Amino acid sequence: MPAAEVNHIFKSFRDKVAVNDLSFSVARGEIFGLIGPNGAGKTTTIRMMMDIIKPDSGDVTILGEKLSEASKNKLGYMPEERGLYKKLGVIDSIVYLASLKGMDRHSAEGKANELLNQTGMLPHKRKKIEELSQGMGQIIQFIVTIIHDPELVILDEPFSGLDPVNTELVKRMFVDLRNKGKAVILSAHQMNQVEELCDRILMINDGRAVLYGNLDEIKSRYRSSSVILDFEGELGEVPGVTDKRTHKGYVELVLDEHTTPGQILERLVSTGIVINRFEVATPSLNEIFLKVVGKNHE
Amino acid sequence: MTLIVPLVALLAIGVLQLVSITTMPPVVETTTVGYVDEAGGFGQYPTQGHIELVRFDTPDDATTALINGDVSEYFVIPPDYMSTGVINRYTLEKEVETPPVIATVIKNFLTSNLLTGKVPPETVYRIESPLNLVVTRLTETGAVATEQGGYGNVIIPAIFSLLLALSLMLSSTYLVQGLGDEKESRLIEILLSSVSTRQLLIGKVLGLGTAGLAQVVVWLASIPLLLRLASSAFGGFISTIQLPANFLILGIVYFILGYSLFAALSAGIGAISPNAREGQQLAMIYTLLVFVPLWFSSLLFIFPNSPIWVVLTIFPITAPIAVMLRLGVSDIAAWQLAASIAVLVLSTIGVLFLSVKAFRVYLLMYGKRPRFREIIRSLRSG
Repeated sequence: MPAAEVNHIFKSFRDKVAVNDLSFSVARGEIFGLIGPNGAGKTTTIRMMMDIIKPDSGDVTILGEKLSEASKNKLGYMPEERGLYKKLGVIDSIVYLASLKGMDRHSAEGKANELLNQTGMLPHKRKKIEELSQGMGQIIQFIVTIIHDPELVILDEPFSGLDPVNTELVKRMFVDLRNKGKAVILSAHQMNQVEELCDRILMINDGRAVLYGNLDEIKSRYRSSSVILDFEGELGEVPGVTDKRTHKGYVELVLDEHTTPGQILERLVSTGIVINRFEVATPSLNEIFLKVVGKNHE
Repeated sequence: MTLIVPLVALLAIGVLQLVSITTMPPVVETTTVGYVDEAGGFGQYPTQGHIELVRFDTPDDATTALINGDVSEYFVIPPDYMSTGVINRYTLEKEVETPPVIATVIKNFLTSNLLTGKVPPETVYRIESPLNLVVTRLTETGAVATEQGGYGNVIIPAIFSLLLALSLMLSSTYLVQGLGDEKESRLIEILLSSVSTRQLLIGKVLGLGTAGLAQVVVWLASIPLLLRLASSAFGGFISTIQLPANFLILGIVYFILGYSLFAALSAGIGAISPNAREGQQLAMIYTLLVFVPLWFSSLLFIFPNSPIWVVLTIFPITAPIAVMLRLGVSDIAAWQLAASIAVLVLSTIGVLFLSVKAFRVYLLMYGKRPRFREIIRSLRSG
């Protein structure tokens, strides 16, 4: 049973179609990326999954059933628009929002202390929310999202406003969640931030799916026939290389149709240059997106 | 406010009692009023209550005494008084009309002198004060009614309706403010990921309703105690203060219904307003209407059966206050109470229904407030 299954959902606001026939499923124990540029329809899709707004047509199944009050307790949701009661203390905020997820006060406090400790926020537990920095507030929001041990965690733009240290901290926590068998959906418009974490992705643009599937497969599908080379010495003409693009710190060699990266490596070694780095170039999600959207626009 | 009101009342009783113990009984000052008798025959009964009448021979003498401050004013009984009845009064004060006390004193002085020797003194006294009206209200069976009316009956409902109006206004403002804050701080989406819009709305209404109920129970429970304390301390008028029949039951009913309607209205307003400030401006419209019966309360004593009171009793926003006020002044027909409660219940359900829709459509809109036409369209379709 998948953690979430979305079937042919449509949603339009006035005359603008926000989501146009989207279908995907998210399995337990995976990190699923919902990616696309701003205004692509990611947040609308998530809000329909959370039953905050209703789709015009199509249906959503969460943990094998239609979302109900009871099944909402198995979900953790961190919306893009973050917010907490500014005048309320950190621990009271966490305990109150956990109680809405069906936790009793005692276990909520225990778990809150554990998560605050894990995130280094324990010294701030008596502070009011308004006294925290934006990044700290975000960590509290993240704690609120996962405190009730949800089966499915949906995070809309989880890295916005986080400094590099906190970004690494929450990334580790996402991986922990996946390792515990939870399903994690990350929505992001900055694709490079999620590509290292995601097992599978759905890339959307203008409310439509443009790419869907296993990230490694997608990357290999869009892999260009080029290699990246960092070397010392003089690189002359190499047979099988049709183009040489010089970047800062490395050179990208574009291969012809008949040459494999292995053959090129052999040829490079035989020229006697010192090779510091050699790798098969894989396109970033950004590049794939531009390629796909560019093709769709043509 | 729940506990403050009875505590302030308790404090007031204490302070008044303390003041009445420590202060001496007031000394009634004797006022001297001059008169000139040009008609003749008005020389007796110069003492009228605490006003002493002093005779002058001429108006000039009286004027001098007035300017010197020997008399506070004087009047002249002209020679043709018996045929015209005209009395000329002279004073240094600027007045709208002659104070009733002075008018009564002059009238009694003239009457006593006119009748002296012609009728027995007791008759003179009775002619001066012929009416001491004692009214007794009977029930339809002819027995003396337990509730006798009068000002003593009005006090508690009047205070109670003022407090109800204030707390309805404050709690509505509080709810709109709370929702506005939740929208502004973007918390609303997190709440909606845990509860449904219906649960959130009903929770807000119930929360406010429970707070209102707790308030009314504390106030109503404290009234008999405070009254007993006050009447044993002061007696007099306060001992005549009583609660109108059905006041306790109707007080609770209208308090709960009033709170429910205002909570539902405020939730709807909170949902369509982009922030707390705009929400409060919109909420002003109906919170001001609550006070309408209080603005016209003085007319209630003169025209208790005017149709306008029936309208205010049935119109749901003014109903709680209008009913509370009317209970103290006159009886309210059973059909009016039934219609009022029915309209209040139906409109609360209707507003709640529309608010749920408004919640669903507008709760996640953070930008501009939708225009009226857009709201109507989305409520129809949503």
